[in-house]
Amino acid sequence: MAQASHTATIRRTGGRLSQRKIAPWLFLAPGLFMFTVYVLWPIVESVTLSFYDWNGLYNADGAFTGRFVGMGNYAELMRDPAFETSLWNNLKWLVLYMLALPIGLMIAIFLNQSVRGIRLYKSLFFFPFVISQVVVGLMFAWFYAPNFGLFFLLTEWITGKGTAILADPDLVTYGIIAAGLWPQIAYVMILYLTGLNNVAPDQIEAARLDGAKGWRMLWYVVLPQLRPATFIAVIVTVIGALRSFDLVSIMTKGGPFGESRVLSYYMFEMALGEYGFRMGYGAAIAVVLFLIMMVFISGFIWKMWRDETER
Amino acid sequence: MVHKISGALTLGAALMLSASAFAQDKRVVTWNADYDPIPLAAAEALIADFEAANPDIDIQMTNFDHEAYKNAIRNFLTANPPDLANWYAANRMRPFVEAGLFADISDVWAENGLTEALASSVPSSTIDGKQYAIPYTYYQWGIYYNRDAYKAAGVEPPGPEGVSWEQFLANCEAFKAAGIDCLTTSSLEQWPVAGIFDYLSLRTNGYQFHSDLAAGKISWTSPEVRAVFDEFAKLQPFVSAGHAAIKWQDAAALLVQGKAANFVMGNFAVGVFKEGGMTNDNLGFMVFPEITPGIPRAEEAPTDTIHLTSGAKNPEDAKKFLAFMASAEAQSKWNAAVGQLPTNKNATVDPADPFLSAGFAALSTATGGIAQFWDRDADAEYAKAGMEGFQQFLVQPDQLEAILERLEQTRLRLYPQ
Repeated sequence: MAQASHTATIRRTGGRLSQRKIAPWLFLAPGLFMFTVYVLWPIVESVTLSFYDWNGLYNADGAFTGRFVGMGNYAELMRDPAFETSLWNNLKWLVLYMLALPIGLMIAIFLNQSVRGIRLYKSLFFFPFVISQVVVGLMFAWFYAPNFGLFFLLTEWITGKGTAILADPDLVTYGIIAAGLWPQIAYVMILYLTGLNNVAPDQIEAARLDGAKGWRMLWYVVLPQLRPATFIAVIVTVIGALRSFDLVSIMTKGGPFGESRVLSYYMFEMALGEYGFRMGYGAAIAVVLFLIMMVFISGFIWKMWRDETER
Repeated sequence: MVHKISGALTLGAALMLSASAFAQDKRVVTWNADYDPIPLAAAEALIADFEAANPDIDIQMTNFDHEAYKNAIRNFLTANPPDLANWYAANRMRPFVEAGLFADISDVWAENGLTEALASSVPSSTIDGKQYAIPYTYYQWGIYYNRDAYKAAGVEPPGPEGVSWEQFLANCEAFKAAGIDCLTTSSLEQWPVAGIFDYLSLRTNGYQFHSDLAAGKISWTSPEVRAVFDEFAKLQPFVSAGHAAIKWQDAAALLVQGKAANFVMGNFAVGVFKEGGMTNDNLGFMVFPEITPGIPRAEEAPTDTIHLTSGAKNPEDAKKFLAFMASAEAQSKWNAAVGQLPTNKNATVDPADPFLSAGFAALSTATGGIAQFWDRDADAEYAKAGMEGFQQFLVQPDQLEAILERLEQTRLRLYPQ
């Protein structure tokens, strides 16, 4: 009798154990399925495609018309001056986009006060992030436009000779980055505003009693408490800088003569543009962009993992 | 019968099409097109004519957005081919011909005597000795000018014969002194600049040389190509500043407002000029001036075409419709409605339209040949590299050596010697 009940317990625990093993996988299954189909599989496909020379067409029988070229696409990338320009431009984007952090923080601190109608001012400052990137691009393209653009007329009035930023190969990338910063600053600002809500008032008070104010207050008391917000702001800014496609496409189409191209736009041009349809070459650019993003993404994941385990 | 859909809905609409086809006794011919409203209405009128003459055939057209079509055609030709599809002549159709997606229709050409009637378009419809396209319309390129701007600068407007190259450049000096851009263009879209280059090249070295250059047979560092850029350099100081940041419609606005005097453009721009308020009185057209004396005059006239697909389900009736689209009557009617030129030499052109008449005269007397335009004569990747070079030359003429060197490297990579 005792023997029997003992084995029953074991059997039950065994069942519970396997349940414990299976259940998480069951819950993960839908997500894993989506992740595999929409993320992992396309990555594998892109990497495979980057070893082919293919114009995107299947023949009448539905057979793939590509030709295997091994590392040929990558070898060509290394010699391609347009790729080099795009890479440098991506770097400019990454560095200059970081300006969104201090400026966004400044505006957030400025707006973090209670006066009449502050909600209205906050939403006005947030406005550029709400409108589509395409609209931002169009507005700035008109702002910079030769002959009638406000910026052009302004430079004409000051220097006597108008500067058409988007037609100037040396200035064009900075002109587009400035347009991109406008909504990005608003985004960072909103992140910091929510962060500022969570700053502990007792610590501020304690610091004030100890005589801290101005920059020292900001640097030693407020900023450390804003670390989670800063972390998210850095992530979205880096990603925003690397996927800067829409503005380039709307404002210059990569021009003049390719001087404002970034990797994502060059990839589009090569794979899907009117004169492109070099799928393999486009895929090779995509792989390079993916590897660059992986550097940042791994960094973020490593940091998050470290924070979780420390807790 | 016409279905207006956007690219994303293609599959659903195609399913509906096959369902509706099932319900009818008529033999169905499907046709995928990319028409704007005016050409679409003209095409519908042609379909009605054809169906009246052939009551047992039903032409079912699916119309796409013009830009979306360029991507859609790559999918539907393999996934769900219609019987007929719109596209462009010369090198632009080559990838589809080489992938075996467009069918050989030499028999339609032979049976209907088209090599005779469509003589000027034979080269651009032929690949490896076989015809793959029915050209049904083209339009001339040339210099459109604003007579008021000429008056404002005190320059004698060109007569019907145009002006000489020296005179044109001298006029440019006068325009510059009057604060008017002698020549406007847009290089935001790079193709308008390719139009200027094409003409300089055609006028300096002639049709055959230009055609060889587009085919990658000529070195960019050859003295003949340098000669083209020498002429380009004479023009460069007179081109609207900021051309790299404006669309061609913005450049058209400069011409309309009299801030620019000349614009090298295709005839489709006339509609835009007239919408901007220009009339036949102050808008003028002339052929591009002669540069090297004695070279037979060649012109640019990009041709639009219809193709039979390899996956066509009803090729017999589709060929009947193709023969109809090649006919003088159909082409006269469609082109009159759209304001372009028929490719059939027996077709008629509205004599009341000065630009069409001038274009028809210019093309029918172009003994040098008819070029398709840089991005249709040259392979896509080569065309793009070229246009970037032309654009850079307009912005930085001192970089000529670097530009030619880069173009030459591209040529050697794409066309290994």
